[in-house]
Amino acid sequence: MRRKGSPWQGLGVVILKELSDHFGSMRVRVLEWLVVLTALAAVYGAIQDIRAVTAEDPFLFLHLFTTAREPLPSFVSFLGFLVPLMAIGLGFDAINGEHNRRTLSRILSQPIYRDALLFGKFIAALTTLAVSLIALWLLVIGLGLIMLGVPPGGEEMARAFLLLVVTIAYAGVWLALAMLFSTVFRSAATAALVTLGLWLFLTVIWPALAPAIAEAVVPSDDQATLVITAQMLARLSPSTLFGECVMAILHPTTRTLGPVYLDQLQGAVMGSPLPFWDSVMVAWPQIVGLVAATILLFVGGYVVFQRQEVRA
Amino acid sequence: MSNAVIEANGLSKRYGTAYAVHDVTFTVGAGEIFGLLGPNGAGKTTTILMLLGLSDISAGRARVFGHDPMREPLAVKRLIGYLPDTVGFYDNLSAADNLHYTARLMGFHLLDRKKRIAAALERVGLAEVADRRVGTFSRGMRQRLGLAEILVKDARIAILDEPTNGLDPQASADLLALIRSLKAQGVTIILSSHLLDRVQSVCDRVALFNAGEIALMGTVDELGRQVLGGGYAVEVEADGGEGIATRLAALPGVRNVAEPAPGRWRMTCDRDLRGEAAAEVVAAGGRLHQLSLDRPSLETIYTRYFQTQEVPHAA
Repeated sequence: MRRKGSPWQGLGVVILKELSDHFGSMRVRVLEWLVVLTALAAVYGAIQDIRAVTAEDPFLFLHLFTTAREPLPSFVSFLGFLVPLMAIGLGFDAINGEHNRRTLSRILSQPIYRDALLFGKFIAALTTLAVSLIALWLLVIGLGLIMLGVPPGGEEMARAFLLLVVTIAYAGVWLALAMLFSTVFRSAATAALVTLGLWLFLTVIWPALAPAIAEAVVPSDDQATLVITAQMLARLSPSTLFGECVMAILHPTTRTLGPVYLDQLQGAVMGSPLPFWDSVMVAWPQIVGLVAATILLFVGGYVVFQRQEVRA
Repeated sequence: MSNAVIEANGLSKRYGTAYAVHDVTFTVGAGEIFGLLGPNGAGKTTTILMLLGLSDISAGRARVFGHDPMREPLAVKRLIGYLPDTVGFYDNLSAADNLHYTARLMGFHLLDRKKRIAAALERVGLAEVADRRVGTFSRGMRQRLGLAEILVKDARIAILDEPTNGLDPQASADLLALIRSLKAQGVTIILSSHLLDRVQSVCDRVALFNAGEIALMGTVDELGRQVLGGGYAVEVEADGGEGIATRLAALPGVRNVAEPAPGRWRMTCDRDLRGEAAAEVVAAGGRLHQLSLDRPSLETIYTRYFQTQEVPHAA
């Protein structure tokens, strides 16, 4: 049955209200400070190391994001760890919170469709994450400019910007997952625990489990198939996809993210960097994977929400 | 009903093979207060949600001011103000900010919003706490804020689901006064409640739900006739006179006359027959000592109905 009226009516109102809630909430402030302080510590550590090496590297600025100084991990490692936490923190009670506050039936009795409410919440949370990440990105670039004293080149800026975009897409996956569980589970605590559990599983356990599963399903004499299968399985984790994107974008010498065959090496100048767009093409499947996962998880949450009874 | 603003015709809601609401038919006229009664799980809230377009209709049809809630839910929601059972607000926002949010969803512009919200809060007695966080509000204040939202919306129909639930007597009385004032300004009201004396005091008609179906519907007097056999009970106390019982029983509209004690008669009748009863006592040469009228209580009707149905009830 086709319903009359735009499904997006009220979308802007929901987005503005949610944005106001997010930016004013203590939860978001704490998460933002956590991300900013740890990431800046990582960058500061990286700068100390970068100063000690040569300034002749054409991609010196990118080392800001990838260099780790013991005991701190690199900036991108921090991002890979903390961005999901922040996204989950914003999404785990998006819908069940409305149920538990008993505001859902009252809000949906206003002239809006559920589409606008769910999409508005997602857009607002993703915008909050994007604003925080952009601010962090600018801080890092600024810190690099001041402390390194070397302006970044155009390609470095393009790669750094692509990293920002990919990080937002990565955050989108975890946000959509958290919102899916906030729709499925009425208890916010259950939704948070399940999402965090799945995040830990996909980030920590799955990359270790994937080769073992591959070994179990692929004949042991077929090493190439074994490696490819293990890699394909590992790529079911958004953390793996993000890590591979980072590898291709921030390490311009990365020519492939899969196994390298001899014929691929013919004519290649080892150690020479790829042009920006070639690096984009290398990371493209992973980027598409992150965006597709976000859409898939959001649609899952959307379907569950549409079928759900509104009554408290 | 020619001026019906809400029409439900054979409305049904099915979950799997079980019916939550089955073949419900009723109409509500403009400016009427229509009560929905029944035990928990009888289908009252499901019926309300179907009228609002918030729950799919499995069978039958509903119309709100001629709009189909399934196909035109936005048009229906513009006309209806809904106060759910245990209304929830955003505790971190002030009363005014909560109303601003829903008023923005309604599409009112800032100046219009401000005027409407100030007037509504004034009317429900919350103007002084407009800027206070709703988290500090009592249940009664939240219910009044819910009514303020309906006023801001300028709804032509107000659906109030258990609005006096959990309120103290004074807060209940205040809320009922507000409901009456809504009716006075022409708002059609559907009121779902377990508190039967409250329903009786404000409703023009009621529908009694039982196991997803409407078991009885009409005015309280009509329900009294259907369930108790007569809408009114007139008690007569007199002495002297001859054949008073026979005379009283012969009055048009009298269903039966009982004599619980010598010189006392209890008439069950369709209308208030005190005047006629007094005239008959005098005509029989008797001396009238007392004449009283009992209107049928909704509680009595409700209890008697469920006793005859032998189902548990929650009133």
